[in-house]
Order: sequence, then structure tokens, then C-alpha cells
Amino acid sequence: MPNDTQKISVKTTDFKVVGTTPDRPDGIDKVTGRAKFGADAYAPGMLHAAIYRSPHAHAKIVKIDMSRAGALKGVKAVVTRADFATGLAGENWNILENIMASDTALYDGHAICAVAATSALIARDAIKLIDVEYEMLPHVTDVDKSMASDAPVIRAGTADKSVPAGLGENVVRYHESGHGDIDAGFAAADLVIEDTFKTEATHQGYIEPHACLATLDTDGKGEVWCCTQGHFNVQKVCAALVGTETSQIRVTASEIGGGFGGKTVVFIEPVALALSRKANRPVKLVMSRSEVFRASGPTASASMDIKIGMMKDGRMTAASAVYRMQGGAFPGAPMEFTSMCGFAPYNLENVHQIGFDVMTNRPKQAAYRAPGSPMAAFAVESVVDELCNELGLDPIEVRLMNASHEGTKASYGPTFQRIGLVQTLEAAKAHPHFTAPLAENTGRGISCGFWFNHGGETSVTMALSEDGTVALSVGTPDIGGSRASMGQMAAEELGIPYEDVRVTIADTATLGYNEISHGSRVTYASGLATIEAARDTLKKLCKRAAAKWGIDEDAVAWVDGCAVPSGANAGDFDPLPIGKITRSMGRTGGPIVGHYEATPEGAGVSFATHIVDAQVDPETGKTAITRYTVVQDAGKAIHPTYVEGQFQGGAAQGIGWALNEEYIYGTDGRLQNTIFLDYRIPVASDLPMIDTVIVEVPNPGHPYGVRGVGETSICPPLAAVANAVSGAVGVRMTQLPMTPPHILSELGKKARAKKGGANG
Amino acid sequence: MQYHTPDSFEDAVAIANAATGTTRFLAGGTDVLVQLRADIVTPDDLIDIKHIAGTHDITHNADGSWTIGVAVTGAEMSEHPTLKNDWPGLVEAMDLVGSTQIQGRATLVGNLCNGSPAADSVPAMIAINASIDITNATDTGTATRQVAAADIHTGPGKTSLTKGDVISAVNIPAVQPNSGDAYLRFIPRTEMDIAVVGVAVNLTLEGDTITAAKVVLGAVAPSYVTVTDAANALIGSTLDEAALDALATAASAACNPIDDKRGTIEFRTQVSGVLAKRAAVIAYARAKGANT
Ligand SMILES: Cc1cc2nc3c(=O)[nH]c(=O)nc-3n(C[C@H](O)[C@H](O)[C@H](O)COP(=O)(O)OP(=O)(O)OC[C@H]3O[C@@H](n4cnc5c(N)ncnc54)[C@H](O)[C@@H]3O)c2cc1C
Repeated sequence: MPNDTQKISVKTTDFKVVGTTPDRPDGIDKVTGRAKFGADAYAPGMLHAAIYRSPHAHAKIVKIDMSRAGALKGVKAVVTRADFATGLAGENWNILENIMASDTALYDGHAICAVAATSALIARDAIKLIDVEYEMLPHVTDVDKSMASDAPVIRAGTADKSVPAGLGENVVRYHESGHGDIDAGFAAADLVIEDTFKTEATHQGYIEPHACLATLDTDGKGEVWCCTQGHFNVQKVCAALVGTETSQIRVTASEIGGGFGGKTVVFIEPVALALSRKANRPVKLVMSRSEVFRASGPTASASMDIKIGMMKDGRMTAASAVYRMQGGAFPGAPMEFTSMCGFAPYNLENVHQIGFDVMTNRPKQAAYRAPGSPMAAFAVESVVDELCNELGLDPIEVRLMNASHEGTKASYGPTFQRIGLVQTLEAAKAHPHFTAPLAENTGRGISCGFWFNHGGETSVTMALSEDGTVALSVGTPDIGGSRASMGQMAAEELGIPYEDVRVTIADTATLGYNEISHGSRVTYASGLATIEAARDTLKKLCKRAAAKWGIDEDAVAWVDGCAVPSGANAGDFDPLPIGKITRSMGRTGGPIVGHYEATPEGAGVSFATHIVDAQVDPETGKTAITRYTVVQDAGKAIHPTYVEGQFQGGAAQGIGWALNEEYIYGTDGRLQNTIFLDYRIPVASDLPMIDTVIVEVPNPGHPYGVRGVGETSICPPLAAVANAVSGAVGVRMTQLPMTPPHILSELGKKARAKKGGANG
Repeated sequence: MQYHTPDSFEDAVAIANAATGTTRFLAGGTDVLVQLRADIVTPDDLIDIKHIAGTHDITHNADGSWTIGVAVTGAEMSEHPTLKNDWPGLVEAMDLVGSTQIQGRATLVGNLCNGSPAADSVPAMIAINASIDITNATDTGTATRQVAAADIHTGPGKTSLTKGDVISAVNIPAVQPNSGDAYLRFIPRTEMDIAVVGVAVNLTLEGDTITAAKVVLGAVAPSYVTVTDAANALIGSTLDEAALDALATAASAACNPIDDKRGTIEFRTQVSGVLAKRAAVIAYARAKGANT
């Protein structure tokens, strides 16, 4: 991802609103239950849809018979792949194939057809009346097995040109990067450690299932209400998949009950549209929890080889990695990000990494907070930890000695600009947690983590009301309190109270294209656009004041919410507050509206260092996280408690990933744990208070120095927890999740080895 | 689906006997309604027993025994001022079920009749020799028979109840002097999970020596296992290291578990021994008067 700094001046001090912690504008609605989420929309005459899904991991679809379902009283429409656009290519084809199979069921849960009926119960019953004839095919769900030459082939010919000859058909993309001479580097090392690591696929675990209400008329005009991280993307994809023009579909984003990357993609909206077009009625479609697990986008699973060389004093001499990532039955496992992030924290002369994108009979992976990076950090930071143990070195000192800083040639190519890794390590070292005594059976783990952050297409409008208050329209769904941050940045620029700004997530007909709320881009990019739109607005306000005073526009400045004459010859006028200018704007030139459209490319990369204490019950293998500290560079925390929320959320999800969350497949290739009872995300009582330290090393690419914070926070926890657990049990844990049975079995192996050693 | 609200067990029995399709009783509904929503079981007749007089009562009888109504919730048991003094293990087992919301609804009888081999309150009921009143029709009207709690569950999803059987009360014996019970379960998290192993222990002492013991395992076999060898390992001992080790060995040996998404055979076998020891230590301390 690009990291070019635009030449802009960065303000880092003397803020009035930025850095304070006002209430979020959606707070009252959310705590009173008034907020409208994806499933909260109703329309007169609305139908309810349900999707028939494959019970098989891999099977040819011989015949779909919907006659019994279609004849059920109350069923108004049925659709199959034949009801969607034809002739699609590239990612649009992948998306359509994923949300409605053509001729082969590619994973357990793959959608095959759908119905719309007058009630949700009738729709559910109609699904049971659908007869699909299958021809079973062999399946594979494990990444290493899928790379083997004798693996069942998911879809021959999918590989792109990057894949070297001689690899299996399921390897569909390849990445290689690095610099220097790793062989020389390893030869020079005092100690080289090489190990293999595995992580299972996890789910973002958002509490709100995917839901939408859609209407599509026969004239091609459509409306969609849905929970999504990117309604402009929903608009584009839906239009392509149902075969209409993008502008004919208007999409409104609902409040969102979590996404974490999993709602950057489209699953159900085109299905609801296609059903609506056939039934000529609005159609509501809400996934069940088990549909979410089986057929939305979990993260990739990984198999990784890491090799690092180190001198006795802790200096790293070389590092190499191979990352094999499984992303389901379609290309897209984020192996290039995994490859690029793994060694990013380290200033390495010799570094090399390879990534494989591997298809299996699993659902198409989707983004999950810093996609690909947490797995890389788990593997790399485990080996760094092991090197520190073997050489008797302090884990923070070693990381400081090797840390990337401004001017470092990154492991993935570019040269880092101003970054804050060293500052996070120094803050971790100074934190009382790092030196606190450890209880019995407890280990302490340290890990760094890295994420690029992103800019992307952004469009913002700021309309002033007659009374001087402000309607700010942004196009990036609020997934972490961003409406508050936008309001703060607007208020800061305009010099007005935060309460005078109302921030709306505008629909797709209201603004120019806005990229999805992903890549930790919202506070950075929509924030930058908000500041620029405010500055555009101020220019227009100053112009009105200049006209009123009969002086030059350049002789008017904006101070504390008022136009004031500025400069020696500006004249002597009383400050003109915003409300006075807007009151007469109809007569002085019409509405005052500021706006900004751009693709900002100065998203500053971000680093974090986490410290965690894990206590393991040696008799049951159960881990308790007893203390956790997140230290992360935010660039500038616009709303510090929401920044802390992001830090804590990433840590909480990372703890779940490390300890108990996993996709469990049976030998039949079917997902075994499709409800929250058996897909074990941490509950509140599983977590300690997660302490946070906000480091602020300004990003030179944002007017206030903001860096994205939403994703970096999930990069270190897998490794930090694994290092802590490994320390507590005295065994290097190389596979996630570290469930109690897994840990107890490792402890048993260790005890048997010790006994064997003592006897022999 | 027919929803019924009988106000006597006689009516409940009559409705149940007249029903021809799938029948469920609605106590707290924390199993029944979940299964209904998840499209696992859609009853043809749903018989709500909560309107029957007395079903919400916890009664301490003159002989020291207890009668617990079939609609009494986990929360009501935990909040009862004296029940947990007599039977802390039973109350803590039921208290482990679900969350605060579930506690406001879930019942002992529902936990038992849902048929799971991993229900938390069931090992605790069996360990303290609880019995169940079952009401059904006879030639002359209705009659109630008493069956040991241990004899209700027969296998995954299965009970010994037959058509028309309605459980009308849970009987808990009077606590003996110098006795203590305890229940522990293993889950990978701290709450909101199903037992991977559950162990209930009930002990009576004379001085420091154990004179009577019962050890019951849950979630490690198709049904609950009363481990006589484990009880024998304790009886006559003062819960010394050797007795605890023998207890653990016996508990592990009694396991006949499966490998599944919730735990492995190896893990369940090993951890049932660990939990048996820990539960015995708590029960012993309680028998000695500790308020734990
Ligand atoms: C979120 C959640 C968490 C849970 N956690 C746990 C847990 O930690 N441990 C655990 O053991 N369980 C757990 N459960 C399962 C459930 O809560 C318990 O099994 C509970 O005790 C069931 O009681 P109930 O009163 O809700 O039963 P209901 O759902 O009302 O009934 C369950 C069964 O009992 C039968 N039944 C009820 N009353 C009678 C009667 N009088 N005569 C004959 N049959 C009868 C019904 O026909 C039905 O088959 C959990 C459930 C949920 C939803």
C-alpha cells in the first residue's frame, strides 16, 4: 500500500476539541435500542428470503428442483444462478460464484438457490422442499494438504501468472520479496532458529449477522438498506451482479453491529435484489448465525516456516519466511500482506519472504483486521522470542536493537518515513507491567506488530445551516466511533462546539465514491477530507465577510469561529461569528457548502508493542490472561477513549484467536462449530482489564498527524499470548489455537520426554 | 403448534397423553425455545407447566428434606437463604448453567430432561441421591411415582420418561451431619460453555475420616457415571494424597468419552481425575464446616 507523504503542514498542539472525549452521536440510540441495524428495516408488502446451502464440502450440482418449494403457499419467488448477470469476469465473477454457485458446490454452506415468501418461517420451510441432486467430489480443507500434488483440484486454471511452474493447481497466486543476501546473513549468525507454525481460520465474530432489505424494479432501479462497511462497494457489486447501472442502485448503510473486515464484502444483497425483481416486492434477507459462520468470510488459515539468524548480542543478521495461506475456494488469501508484514518491525540487511495463496473447500476468506499480518507476527515473533531465550537476552532490548525507524529500508521494499516503533518499545519498557513480578505458572510475552494503513477514495460534504450549525456528510460507515472523531475535527477547524456538528453517513446518491471503511482508513482519510472540507467552507465564509466589509478576501482570517480582519490594512471590524454569516447567506450568495474529494495517499504505517501475562493451569492446560498492556502509535488520538477501544478490541480478538477460536472441520469437510457455543470467542470474564498506552508520533501525511489504529492492535496478540504461554509451560507453542487439550497434550509430551531422558 | 397452559399436573398429564406428535414441556424454555428457533425441534404440542400451583416453590420439609418445584429457576435456588447451606454443591452446579439471563429461567428438571450427558446440575443431583416425582395417568386418575435422579437420563438426548410422564417435583434428601457436596466442571472459557468434564462429589465424615462418598461424572460418557471405585478410594481415608490419587485414577478409568469439537478423549480422561480431586477437597472442607 502506498505511503507517499504529501507535503502538508501538520498541526500537533493547541487543540481545543481534538484530544477530548465527547459522547458519540450514536450513543443514546444504541443504549436505548433505537438504533436501526441491518435487520431493523421494514417495507410495506415486504417478503422474507432464505437461502438453500450446500451440505457438502465439494459436489457437482446435477439438478436443482425447486418445484415443491415454489408450490408452497406464500412462496413468491425463487432464484438460482440463472437469475443473475452473465459474462462477468475477474473479482465480480468470483463474488457471484461465491454467493450463488453455478455448477459446483465448493464448500459446506455454499449458496445454491434462494426463495422469497410472505413470512420468514414459510421461507425457511420452503428451503426444506428444495431437491438438489449432487455428484460428490473429493474435498480438501487443509492448506498443506491442498498444496500436495495429489490434492483434489478446486478449479483448474485459476492460478495467475505469478505462480511458478510445478506447483499444484490449488496454488493460485505467489509473492516473493526481500533484499540482501540471506545465505551470507545466516552464515554470519551466532545462532539460527528455524521453525514451522500453523494457525487456524477464525471468524471476525461480529454480533450482528448480515442483513438487508432490497427492492429492484423491472426498470432496473433499486434500493438497498444493509449493514456494511462500504455501501458504495455494495452498490457497485450489486449493480454488476444483477446487471444494471451502478447509479440506478441506491444503497444506505444501516448502523453496524461489528464488521472487523467481514462486512467489506457482499454476500446477500444481490440475492435479495434478484428475488425482489422476480417477486416485484421488497425483500428482506437476514443470515442466521450458522450461515454467518459457514458462508461469510472468515480469515485465512496459515502454515508458515520462519528462519532468523542472530548474533550473541541480539543483532539480527538475516531472516526468511515462507507463508502458505488458505483462503477458501477462491483466490484472495492475503499472503502478500502476510509476507510484507512479518519482518516489517525489523531493520534487516538480509531478508526474504515467499507467500502462497492456496484454494481449499472452505468459504471465501474475507478481511479480518490487518488481514494476514497477525499470523505473520505470531510466527516471526515466536522465533524472536525463542532466540532471546536461547541467548539469554531481554526481549525488548533485542527488539529495540533491531527496530525499524525513519529511513529504514522496510522488509517489503519502501523506506519508512516517520514511524513510532521505537517509541512503543521504550514505552513498553518503562511500563510497570514489564517489570512486575510473575505469579506461579505464569509467563510474560512480548510482541511487536505492524500494519500499513490505507487512504483510498474519499468524498465529504459540509453544509452550513442558517443558524450556524453544520451538517457533515461522510461516506464511510462508522465502525468505531468515527462520527465523533469527524465531528471533533470539523469543530476544531471551524472553531465551533462539537455539539454544533451533526455527522451523517450519507447514502450512495449523496456523495462521490467512498472506499470501504477498511484499512484503518476512516479517521485518516475521511478525517483529512473533513478537515479539507472545513477549510473549503472557511474560505467561503471569509469571502462573505470580506464582501460585507468591502475588503480583500485575503485580509480576512478565521479565529475561534469568527471571521476577523487580519493584516495591517484590513481595517477595524468586529469579529463576525459563523452564525451571523450563515443567517444572511441566502441574500449574500446562497448556501454555503464545503466539500473535498481526493484519494489521500499519506496514511502513516503503524506499529504496536504488547505485553501479556498468561497463567496456565498445569493440570488442565487452561490459560488465564492475567494482565495485558497495549502500547501503540496512534499518530494523534482524535478521541482518546475510542482509540483505546480500538486497542482493547484488537487485543481481545487476538486473545480469542490465540486461545480458543478456530474453524473445526470434520473429515466430511463440513464445519463442526457453527454457533457461538462452540466457536469460542472470549466472554467478558475471560479478559482482564486491558491497559493501554497511546504513543503519538505524528503521521506527516495527515493535517493533525493521525494514523489508523483499528488494525495494528490485532497484530501482536497472537504472538504475545503464545510467547507468554510458551514461557508458562516451558514448551514452544507453534500452533494456534492453544486450547486446553492442545496445551495439556504438549505438557504430556514434555513430561514423557523428560521421563524418557531420565531413564535413558 | 399448540401451546397449552394447564393449571394442574392432572391436566398436563391429560394433554400430554392426548398429544400425538412431538411434545415438549415448557419450563424455562432455555433448551426448548433455542431448539425451536434453531429449527432443530418444532413441537406439535408445547405444554407450559409454569402455571401449575406450587411449581415455583422451594420447600424445606419437617424431616429436613427439600422439595423443589419444577419451575424453580437457578437464580431462585442461588438466592434462597438456606438451601445452599445444606447443599452448596447442588446450588453451585445449577448456578453454573448459562448466564444471568439464563439463570432467570433455567430449571433443574429442564436440565435433566433435555437429555444432554453434559448438563451441570445432573451429576450434583445424582451425587446427593435426589429423586424425581413423576406424575402420569392410571386407570383411576393420576398417580405419582418416585424415581432416582440417576435413573432418568439414559443416553444422549434420551430419558426413561414415557408418554404422559410429567415431572412434578424434585426431592432433595435431608443433609446428614458432617457432610459436604461439591461440583466442578471444566470449560475452556470462564462461562457460557458446555461442560467438557463435570464432577460431583458428596462426602460424609466421622472425625477426619470419610465414611460415605459418592462420585458422579458428567460429559465423559454417553450418560452420567456413578463411580463406585472412586467412592471406595475415599471411604475410610482422611483424603490423604494416596486417596486422592486413587480417586483420580478411578475417575479417569470410569471415563468412556468421545473425541469431538469440545474436547479429546485423552483430555477428558485426564481432566476428570484432576477435577475429581479438586471437588473432593472442596466437599471435604465443607463437611468439616468450611463455608466455601
Ligand atoms: C445461553 C445458554 C447457556 C447454557 N448454559 C448451560 C450450562 O452452562 N450448563 C448446562 O447444563 N446447560 C446450559 N444450557 C442449557 C439449558 O439452559 C439448561 O439445560 C436448562 O437447565 C434447561 O432448563 P429449562 O427450564 O430452560 O428447560 P426447557 O427448555 O423448558 O425444557 C428442557 C427439556 O425438559 C423437558 N421438561 C421440562 N419440564 C419438564 C417436566 N416438568 N416434566 C418432563 N419434562 C420436562 C422439556 O420437554 C424439554 O425437553 C444453556 C442454554 C443456553 C441457551
